[in-house]
Amino acid sequence: MTWFEKIIPSRIKTERRTRSVPEGLWIKCEACDAVLYRAELERNLHVCPKCSHHMRIDARERLKRFLDPGSASELATRVEPEDPLRFRDSKKYRDRIVAAQKATDEKDALIVMAGTLHGLEIVACAFEFRFMGGSMGSVVGEKFVRAVEHCLRHRMPLVCFAASGGARMQEGLYSLLQMAKTSSALGRLARERLPFVSVLTDPTTGGVSASLAMLGDVNVGEPRALIGFAGPRVIQQTVRETLPEGFQRSEFLLEHGALDMIVDRRDQRDRIGALLRLLMRQPPAAA
Amino acid sequence: MDLNFLDFEQPIAELEAKIDELRYLGDDAEINIAEEINRLRAKSRNLTKSIFANLTPWQVAQIARHPQRPYTLDYLPLLFTDFQELHGDRMYADDLAIVGGPARLDGREVMVIGHQKGRDTKERVRRNYGMPKPEGYRKALRLMRMAERFQLPLVTLIDTPGAYPGVGSEERNQSEAIARNLFEMAQLKVPVVSVVIGEGGSGGALAIGVCDRLLMLQYSVYSVISPEGCASILWKSADRKELAAEAMGITAERLARQRLVDEVVAEPLGGAHRDPQAMAEALKSAIVEHLGQIDGKPVDQLLEERASRLDSFGVFREA
Repeated sequence: MTWFEKIIPSRIKTERRTRSVPEGLWIKCEACDAVLYRAELERNLHVCPKCSHHMRIDARERLKRFLDPGSASELATRVEPEDPLRFRDSKKYRDRIVAAQKATDEKDALIVMAGTLHGLEIVACAFEFRFMGGSMGSVVGEKFVRAVEHCLRHRMPLVCFAASGGARMQEGLYSLLQMAKTSSALGRLARERLPFVSVLTDPTTGGVSASLAMLGDVNVGEPRALIGFAGPRVIQQTVRETLPEGFQRSEFLLEHGALDMIVDRRDQRDRIGALLRLLMRQPPAAA
Repeated sequence: MDLNFLDFEQPIAELEAKIDELRYLGDDAEINIAEEINRLRAKSRNLTKSIFANLTPWQVAQIARHPQRPYTLDYLPLLFTDFQELHGDRMYADDLAIVGGPARLDGREVMVIGHQKGRDTKERVRRNYGMPKPEGYRKALRLMRMAERFQLPLVTLIDTPGAYPGVGSEERNQSEAIARNLFEMAQLKVPVVSVVIGEGGSGGALAIGVCDRLLMLQYSVYSVISPEGCASILWKSADRKELAAEAMGITAERLARQRLVDEVVAEPLGGAHRDPQAMAEALKSAIVEHLGQIDGKPVDQLLEERASRLDSFGVFREA
């Protein structure tokens, strides 16, 4: 701060404080155009109460609402990104990281929490899509492996909510190798007979879809989520024909045998909780 | 051999053309011509050396994709004996972008799997330019499981632009096919040596490349996305592929410095296609050496070492 800025009374200062700007109270559903009260939408897990359209939801909020109230404690909080290639395109990767951290208040694109689900101890993790498109770099890979390790140590099942464009190019081959690293960890989980439920949310594509997200003992899709290996634009450029209606949506994947079930976000606690208890051979949750 | 020169090799091409010209003149029995040819040949060698000593990553990518570069099926008879090609995934189709089967390497029975591009237009179409569909990866998985059953070490040769992005690929779950191979290879109970012989294109390459030892030929490349793909996303223009190739660090040399590659196998002067025989000999002894180091290890130790190798990939900081 210069001496001049220091003497301006604080109420005249024009510091940019985007966070203090009140967000819109009303939100328009992008599917049915209904105007929705934000607080009500949040209570409804960001699912449109009028048409059940599933909007994107922040990773942290999702996990807190998925686990039993007050049970969540975050794991692997200290793992933070580096810039091994000193990568730069129009912007430096380092700057992109800082910008994403500011915008999301997260260190990187995966959040891991231990907690209970209807009383059953589990580890749940979620991709934060707003953090560089939920892309998987070294931190995401490492935190996923630590989530698995925690499950192995405490004999808990794992639930992962994927939302990612794929591998993080700015980390070069390191990011590709996270696909092998996370898949290898899931192999250890399977050998110890601990269930992995993978929930694929909008969107899940590329290297995340082609590794951990498709390796669930049970693969669950959220309604209408875009799920695929290649993005629709790449496919369109390759085949040069219009893609069928509903192509690469959850319903398409269910029909083609890629998903076990499609579960409404508001039912996920009950359905996944019941499922995990079956696979863990635990009695049903007390009503 | 009629060499197919790349842009940056034009000075070499011109010299070689001059040498050819002189050779046709040679019948005129001028004594000096032979001497002149030898002089030019030496010059051409030196020129090649100096050009190849300073290749940019994009130029290396062009060599990795060279239309005359030896492919898996070119190497098989030079590296192995008794190769028996096995076809099909037993579920849907036989994907010709991946070939494989049992063979002998220096007398040792192994299973070999590799990507296969096509040499001429017709074959390229048949082999889908080396871009496998789910059935290709599932064929590979079938052969990996067979290798495990009969305790044959696995050797994979990687050379693909990437897994094929098409409607059918998505319908048959390309993602799962790749993911399943990563999952299974990470715990396959036989030693695995992988070699990038040309293009290591992203998940399509890794799906047969989870291994105990990774080798790369000197002018091969391995990347998370093609330089063109990266450029069109981050620079909004595929023309910035040179920049993208540089930024992503896709060459064997750079990846070896990051300790992601166990050995870089030197190529003959001017690239593998200038002397496939010599290339194969060097590659064979490298594979034999690395396989020798891991073949016969107790399975538990092998798998534990593979898991810690995979766990070690990544750069992050712990605050």
